[in-house]
Amino acid sequence: MSGHPLLEIKDLYVQFNVYGGALKVLDGVNIEVHPGEKVGLVGETGAGKTTTMKAVLHVLPEPAAQITGGEILFDGQDILKMVPSQLKQIRGKGIAMIFQDPTLALNPVFTVGEQMSAVVQYSMEAGRNLTKREVRERSITTLKEVSLADPERLLGNYPIQLSGGMRQRICIAMALAARPKLLIADEPGTSLDVTIQDQVLRLLDELVEKRNTAIILITHSLGVVRERTDRVYVMYAGNIVENAPTTQLYSRSFHPYTQGLMAAVPKLTGGGVSDGIPGRMPAYLNPPQGCRFSPRCPRVMEICRGEKPMLREASPGHQVACFLYPRGNELEINTKWNVSSGG
Amino acid sequence: MRFLYFFVRRFLHSIFVLLGLSVVIYVISRIVPGDPARMAVGYQAPQWVVNNMREYMHLNDTIPVQFFYWLRSALSGDLGISLLTRRPVIDDIRQVFPATLELALYAGLIMAIGGIMLGTLSAHHKDKWVDNVVRVFAYMGIVTPAFVFGIVFTLVFGFWLNWLPTIGRISPDLTSPPVVTGLMTVDSLLAGKPLIFIDAVKHLLMPSIALAMAGLSQGARITRATMSDNLGKDYIAAERALGIPERQVLWKFLLKPSLIPTVSILGLDIAAAIGNAFLLELIFSWPGVSRYGVRAMLAKDLNAISAVVLILGLAFVVVNICVDLVVGILDPRIRLSAQRNE
Amino acid sequence: MNKVATNKQNTLAISPEEIRKLAISSRIDMVRRGWYKFSRNTLSMVGLGTVLLIVFLAVFAPWVAPYPAHAGPFTDFAHAGEAPSSAHLFGTDMIGRDILSRVIFALRPALIMGVVVLGLVVPLGVFLGLVAGYAHGTWPDTVIMRITDIFIAVPALVLALAIASVLEPNLTNSMIAVSVMWWPWYTRLVYSLSSSLRNEDFVRSAELMGASNFHILFREILPNFWGPIFTKMSIDMGFVILLGASLSFVGLGEQPPKPGLGTMVAEGADHLPDQWWMVVFPALAIVIVVLGFNLLGDGLHDLLSEEKG
Repeated sequence: MSGHPLLEIKDLYVQFNVYGGALKVLDGVNIEVHPGEKVGLVGETGAGKTTTMKAVLHVLPEPAAQITGGEILFDGQDILKMVPSQLKQIRGKGIAMIFQDPTLALNPVFTVGEQMSAVVQYSMEAGRNLTKREVRERSITTLKEVSLADPERLLGNYPIQLSGGMRQRICIAMALAARPKLLIADEPGTSLDVTIQDQVLRLLDELVEKRNTAIILITHSLGVVRERTDRVYVMYAGNIVENAPTTQLYSRSFHPYTQGLMAAVPKLTGGGVSDGIPGRMPAYLNPPQGCRFSPRCPRVMEICRGEKPMLREASPGHQVACFLYPRGNELEINTKWNVSSGG
Repeated sequence: MRFLYFFVRRFLHSIFVLLGLSVVIYVISRIVPGDPARMAVGYQAPQWVVNNMREYMHLNDTIPVQFFYWLRSALSGDLGISLLTRRPVIDDIRQVFPATLELALYAGLIMAIGGIMLGTLSAHHKDKWVDNVVRVFAYMGIVTPAFVFGIVFTLVFGFWLNWLPTIGRISPDLTSPPVVTGLMTVDSLLAGKPLIFIDAVKHLLMPSIALAMAGLSQGARITRATMSDNLGKDYIAAERALGIPERQVLWKFLLKPSLIPTVSILGLDIAAAIGNAFLLELIFSWPGVSRYGVRAMLAKDLNAISAVVLILGLAFVVVNICVDLVVGILDPRIRLSAQRNE
Repeated sequence: MNKVATNKQNTLAISPEEIRKLAISSRIDMVRRGWYKFSRNTLSMVGLGTVLLIVFLAVFAPWVAPYPAHAGPFTDFAHAGEAPSSAHLFGTDMIGRDILSRVIFALRPALIMGVVVLGLVVPLGVFLGLVAGYAHGTWPDTVIMRITDIFIAVPALVLALAIASVLEPNLTNSMIAVSVMWWPWYTRLVYSLSSSLRNEDFVRSAELMGASNFHILFREILPNFWGPIFTKMSIDMGFVILLGASLSFVGLGEQPPKPGLGTMVAEGADHLPDQWWMVVFPALAIVIVVLGFNLLGDGLHDLLSEEKG
């Protein structure tokens, strides 16, 4: 990777203050995205993927959620230190986000048109106000771009009148309305059935390709990122445990957790599917000392329970946070996950 | 079209409710021990007068037939003669209703605006001191009976501080403006008398605030709860993330969905307020329906009692239709599902 | 997932006797945990403390009140209308009776009102709600729920006033009047809960096994609702007392010379602003009673909704 990164998340810590304590959800997250790069962020539900991305856009529900440390640099500027007027310039135009569930991401009591026009209105460069007619026209064009039929009628509809696939496309249209440099797509289409999900993903690929937009694709499925990303970050319980160029990660992964995820991916070539990784993600109220994966890790060592492993280069461009790989040691260690056929 | 359907359905339901209510009222007016005819003519009247009265009141017919006669005359506006005032009840009601309406209108306004404002303030400053103050205030507003507020206000602002008048609709040395709407504040302005208007507003302040306290508090609590709940919703995050300015997110995209539960609850609060008006009109010597009603109740003036309950039931039904309409306007889900059920 | 599976295996291996013991011990455990959570919330504890204090004062009024005789037709014009002092903490009324004693005795009709009204209203309302909810969409549902519509469509205080006034004005009749107005709320609550439960698997399987309607309503469906019902009862206790006080304020509750909280406020209102204590202390008592039950109810609500979450 060369040049200046578009987005740089440095050592991000986020906690949720709840009744009875603080949930330490993000525990030092580091992610880099370069212009035009396609990045995958993979992890189980609850790993903190969405929280990380909401932090990037500074839309965490405060004061319940609190950013306790770190920097988020976009084009070299720290988003966390921005005043509202600066943020306004970043949101939508710099970074846009497609939320996980299109049903929840659309306001139920406003029409598509009302929501689109608010987005379109502020998607313009500062200093120019669009007329009502222009707003409407741009809304219609944007809806057409995501292959929605009859956009004029859609503008007058409420979200509940639309199918899940249509809502998803509308969310994509709104996110792309301002031509962002970076698009964050949070599990796009997961709430839809598989064929529609596939259509949505392909539409997204097309639009991103055409505009050379950088994208962070959040998903819990390694299959989805494999075909469409340049680099993959694997997240576990609020930590990035491994990141590597996609092809490299698929050919050889280092972290026992990643290896477990890989084993869980169904393969056409046979070999079956593992039972998954035994156990569940730790509670964030009192996370395990040291490596957060240690309670589930089959290769756990003494040091893992006391000290937190830092991300370090295991091979060029391939980082892993695991004590199995001391600096410079390129030895690959394969974790044996139970693989049963069928499943 | 959809909306019309929604409205018609709601309207028919209200007619059914009013019909049921009139049955209930009729039953109540007949469970009283003793002979209604005897009560109507007085205890000194000779027996033949009572018999004539029984005939006149259809008391010799079966109960359903009696009810039918009663309902028929009620629908034509004949609610009988008040034993207390010896005048047609409907005339009495017509005379006292505007005073109550005025009180209720102002109370409703204070409730809605105050409740929503306090709730919004609280939600925007969640867990800060403003929020805590509003929450304690709202809690006290809910557990304190309206009549206690009425009396405490009278004591503090009326007697101790001497800021506000404690009885009636206007000061005794002023003459009422000609009756147009019956609402003192409106009539005084129509007559071009701002001094009377100010005086009327001063008289309205304490009773209407006392009346509004419970609903205002409830409204503030619900608004706060819904709003802080909605603040965590993805669509708010999405709207912020897409660069819509904070002001517009809060006052447009957050406010509208958050108002829906508040407005629905407001219907119930107004019901409670109509009941509490009974006590406040007594405290503030407010010449309205409720004070008339209490006097009728203490004198067992059945025709007047029935009429008062019926008129307040009717008022409440109208309020509820309005509330449902507003909710229907605010919430497309309700409008659209009303049609889908068909 | 995993956990459920192992539990199933365990239960198969142990005897019904042991299951019963386990169930009891887990219930005790739940109560203990619930109490721990409840007791950590200061406001809930204040509510519980207030309610316990009120009940204690009401039950032991003759021993606790400084002048028990003042709760009746007592007169002492030498001490009429006295401001609060060490002899009479809350002052005296216009015929020289100790306000504190009367307030303590007035807690009795207030609590009796709450207990009796809820005692009548809850079983009736819950029963009707269960029937209507289980018979969702059929005629019993329609009949019952339309009737509740009618009662809910009148401001409770208005109709209660009308009923209480048409009958003799006394405590019993005011309780009847409030009860008539209150049952529909329980019917609605239980209706909304049970109509959503009636298609659950456990109800359906009971039906398939040929269980009687009685069994399904009271053994299968009802036990799921105790949480919301108790919560509502605790909060309602305060509001029933409030409505009762409103009735007695108009003179339709406990009759003089017996003390009623609302009556005392009404009597005192005639002597404002000079004898303010005649109003302020009974009014404060009403607020404290309602507040206590509300705090307790909110505490229960938080507890039960947390258990669920």
